[in-house]
Amino acid sequence: MSEATYADTWRRPPQIVKRRAWRWALAIGTVIYLALALSTIEVDWQRVVVGLERGQRFAAGFLQPDFLSRWDDIARGLVESLTMTLTSTVVGILISVPIGIGAARNLTPAPVYLVCRAVIAVSRSLQEIIIAIFLVAMFGFGPFAGFLTLSFATIGFLAKLLADDIEEIDERQAEAIRATGASWWQLIDYAIQPQVMPRLIGLSLYRLDINFRESSVIGIVGAGGIGATLNTAIDRYEYDSAGAILLLIIVIVMLSEYASGYVRKFLQ
Amino acid sequence: MLQIDALSKTYRAGDRALSDISLSVPQGQIVGLVGPSGAGKSTLIRCINRLVEPSTGRILLGDIDLAGLGKSDLRRQRRRIGMIFQEYALVERLTVMENVLSGRLGYVPFWRSCLRRFEPHDVRRAYALLDRVGLLAHADKRADALSGGQRQRVGIARALAQEPELLLVDEPTASLDPKTSRQIMRLLTEICAERALPAIVNIHDVPLACQFVHRVVGLSGGKMVFDGDPATLDEAALSTIYGADDWQAMRQESQDDEVIESDARPMRVGA
Amino acid sequence: MSEITHYREVWAPRPPRTRLLIWFAWLLLVALFVYCWQVMTENTIWAFVSDAPRQAMDIGSRMVPPRWSYLPELLEPLWDTLNIATLGTLGGIVMAVPVAFLAARNTTPSTRFLRPVALFVIVASRSINSLIWALLLVAIIGPGLLAGIVAIALRSIGFVGKLLYEAIEEIDTRQVEAVSATGASAMQVLNYAIVPQVVPTFIAIGVFRWDINIRESTILGLVGAGGIGLKLQASINVLAWPQVTMILLLILGTVVVSEWVSAKLRRAVI
Repeated sequence: MSEATYADTWRRPPQIVKRRAWRWALAIGTVIYLALALSTIEVDWQRVVVGLERGQRFAAGFLQPDFLSRWDDIARGLVESLTMTLTSTVVGILISVPIGIGAARNLTPAPVYLVCRAVIAVSRSLQEIIIAIFLVAMFGFGPFAGFLTLSFATIGFLAKLLADDIEEIDERQAEAIRATGASWWQLIDYAIQPQVMPRLIGLSLYRLDINFRESSVIGIVGAGGIGATLNTAIDRYEYDSAGAILLLIIVIVMLSEYASGYVRKFLQ
Repeated sequence: MLQIDALSKTYRAGDRALSDISLSVPQGQIVGLVGPSGAGKSTLIRCINRLVEPSTGRILLGDIDLAGLGKSDLRRQRRRIGMIFQEYALVERLTVMENVLSGRLGYVPFWRSCLRRFEPHDVRRAYALLDRVGLLAHADKRADALSGGQRQRVGIARALAQEPELLLVDEPTASLDPKTSRQIMRLLTEICAERALPAIVNIHDVPLACQFVHRVVGLSGGKMVFDGDPATLDEAALSTIYGADDWQAMRQESQDDEVIESDARPMRVGA
Repeated sequence: MSEITHYREVWAPRPPRTRLLIWFAWLLLVALFVYCWQVMTENTIWAFVSDAPRQAMDIGSRMVPPRWSYLPELLEPLWDTLNIATLGTLGGIVMAVPVAFLAARNTTPSTRFLRPVALFVIVASRSINSLIWALLLVAIIGPGLLAGIVAIALRSIGFVGKLLYEAIEEIDTRQVEAVSATGASAMQVLNYAIVPQVVPTFIAIGVFRWDINIRESTILGLVGAGGIGLKLQASINVLAWPQVTMILLLILGTVVVSEWVSAKLRRAVI
C-alpha cells in the first residue's frame, strides 16, 4: 500500500462559525469588549490594602466562628427564615399550580394563557430584592413581607416550569383520555397530572431550597429572616458572628439538599 | 502472537466471571469467541488490554506479560493492541479524522494531540486508512453524522492507526443490520489477512462467526467449553455452549432472519 | 345481562397502608404549615397589613408616569451592570472548571481528599447569595465594580461547578474506554473523550448563568457594589418614585433582552 499520495497535514474544520471573516470579527469584537469592560473597573489599591486586613479577619472568623455571643439574634433570624421558607413555598405551590395550568398553551384558551404568562413574566424578571423593597414599604418590616416576596417569586419559578412541562407532555396520552369522552377536569386528573406530578414534586423541593437561600438575603432590605442578622453582623464588623451565620446557612442548605434527594428517591 | 495462561477474573462482589482460561492465538488467526450473554466474552477481551483488571493468570503478547504492568508500561503496551467496540464507541462530537488520529494518541506527546498537530506520517497514514475502509470523503464530517456501518469502519480505522499487533473486537455487528454486518466482518477478515494480524472477535451471531473466523472458542459460565475449527462446531457442541433449549430457540431465530433477508427487501432486522 | 357479583366493587389505586402513610404525611405538612404560620406572624402588626392596599395605591400613584428624562443618566450604570455580569460570569467559569473536574467522581484525582473539598466549595458558593458575597466584598475591598464582579464570580462557581460536574459524571463511558484502549494518557483521555462530550453542556450552562447574573447584578448596587442598583438605592432613599419606575422599566427591558439572547445562543450550541 503506497501512502505517498495522501496529504500529510490535516486541520480541524471550524465547527460553529464556519466563515473565516466572521471568526475574525468575533475574536476582535471579544478583545475590544474585554478591553473596554476591564477599563471601567476602577480599583482603589490603598483601600484594597486596608481591606485585605479585614479579609483576613473575615477568613479567621469563618474558621473560628462565634455562635454564642449573638446567639439570640441568630436563633430568631433562623426561625424567621425557616418559617418564612416553608409557608411561602406551600402558598407559592398552591398558587402556581392553577397559574401553571393556565399558562400551558395546549390546555387553555388564548386570553387565559396570555394573562398567566404575563404574571409569570413579571414575577420572573423582577429580582426578589426589588419585590421585597416594595412589599416592605407596603406591609411594614418583618417576615410577613418576606413571606409575600418569596411566595410571589415561587409562582414565577414553579408556574413557568410546570407550564413548560405540561406543554411538553406526551400528547398521545392526553388524546387517549380525550377519546374516552372525559371532561377538562378529568383530562387534567388522568392525562396531565400523572405525567407532571413527579417533576412538580422535585421542583417544589428544589424551590424550598432556593427559598431558604433567598430568605437569607431579603432581610438586608428589612423583610425579616437571617439576612437581617447577617447584615447587622457585617455592619458591626463582627466577622466571627457573620462567619457563624454563613456556616449555618451552608449547613442547612446541605442538609436540605440531602433530604430532598432522599425524598425524591423515596417517591420514585 | 498472544498467549493467555490460566486467566481468572473474580469481581469484587464475588462473581466469578472467568475461570482458568488458557488460549494461544498465532499470527494471522481470527478467533471467534461465542457464548451466551454473561458467559464472560466481554470480560475476557477486556482483560487482555486490561480495561478490566484480571485477578490471576498471565497474558503474554510477544514476550511481555501484560497482567503485571504498571500504569505507564501498560499505556505503552496498549498501543500494540487495537480494539474495536460494540456500538462503535467513537467520540461522537469529534470529526472522523480526529477519531482515526486518536489511535495515535499513545505515540504522540500531549501538546501535539491537544493542538491537533499530528506528525505528517501519522496524518498520511490516517488518510490511507480512511481510504482503505472507504470513507476518505467523510474525513471532515462529525462522527455522529455517519451511519452505523460507516461508524464501525471509522472504529476499524482507529484501531488500525495504532499499527497494532493484535485486534480485539467486541461485538462488531451488535447494532448493524445483517447485510452491513457481513460487510463489516468481511472488511475485518480482509484487513487481518493483509497484515497477518491475529484477532479475537467476540460475537453472538454463531452463523456469521462460522462464515468468517478460522477458529471458534466457546465460553459458558466463564469456562472454555469448546475450542476448534468452525466446521466441527456441531449441534452437540452448541448445546454445551448455550444449553440445549436456548440453542434451539436461537437457531429458530436465525432461520427466521434468513427467510426475511431472502425476501430481498431492504429491511432492518433487530438483533 | 347477568350481574357480575364475584368481583369487588371498591377499587383504590394504592394499598391501604400506603394510603394511610400518604394521608398522614399530608396531615403533618398541614400541621407544620399552620405552626410555621403562627410563629412567623407572631410579631406582625396586622394594622400595617390591612393598610397595605392603601399604601400600594399611594406608591403606585406616585410611580407613574416614569421620569423618562432620567434615562440618559442610567446608561452608564447599565453598562457597568452588564460588565459586572459578563466579567463575573467569565471569572466564575474559569474557577468552576477545575473545581468541577475535581468534584466529578470519574475525573477526580482523589476521592478521599480533593473531591469532598471541591464539593464543599461548590455547596458553599451556592448557598451564599451573590448579594451576601457583595456585602462581604464591599466591606473587604471597598465599594465599586470590582466587588460586584468578584461577588458574581464567587456565586457562579457553585452553580456552574455543580451542573458541570454532574454532566461530567453522566458522560458515555464507552467513548472513554475506547480512547484509553489506544494507550492514551490521562490528559489525552480528558482531551479526546471527556471534553468533547461536555463542551455543549458547558457552553449552555455558562450562557444560562450569564442570563441569571444579569438579573443578579442589577441589585448589587444596593450594597454598594456598582451598577444600576446604586441608582435604584439613591432614588429609593430620596423617595423619587418616578425615577424608580424608570429604573425598573430599564431592568425589565434588559432582562428580557438578555433572556432572548441566551435562548438564541443556547439553541445555536445544541
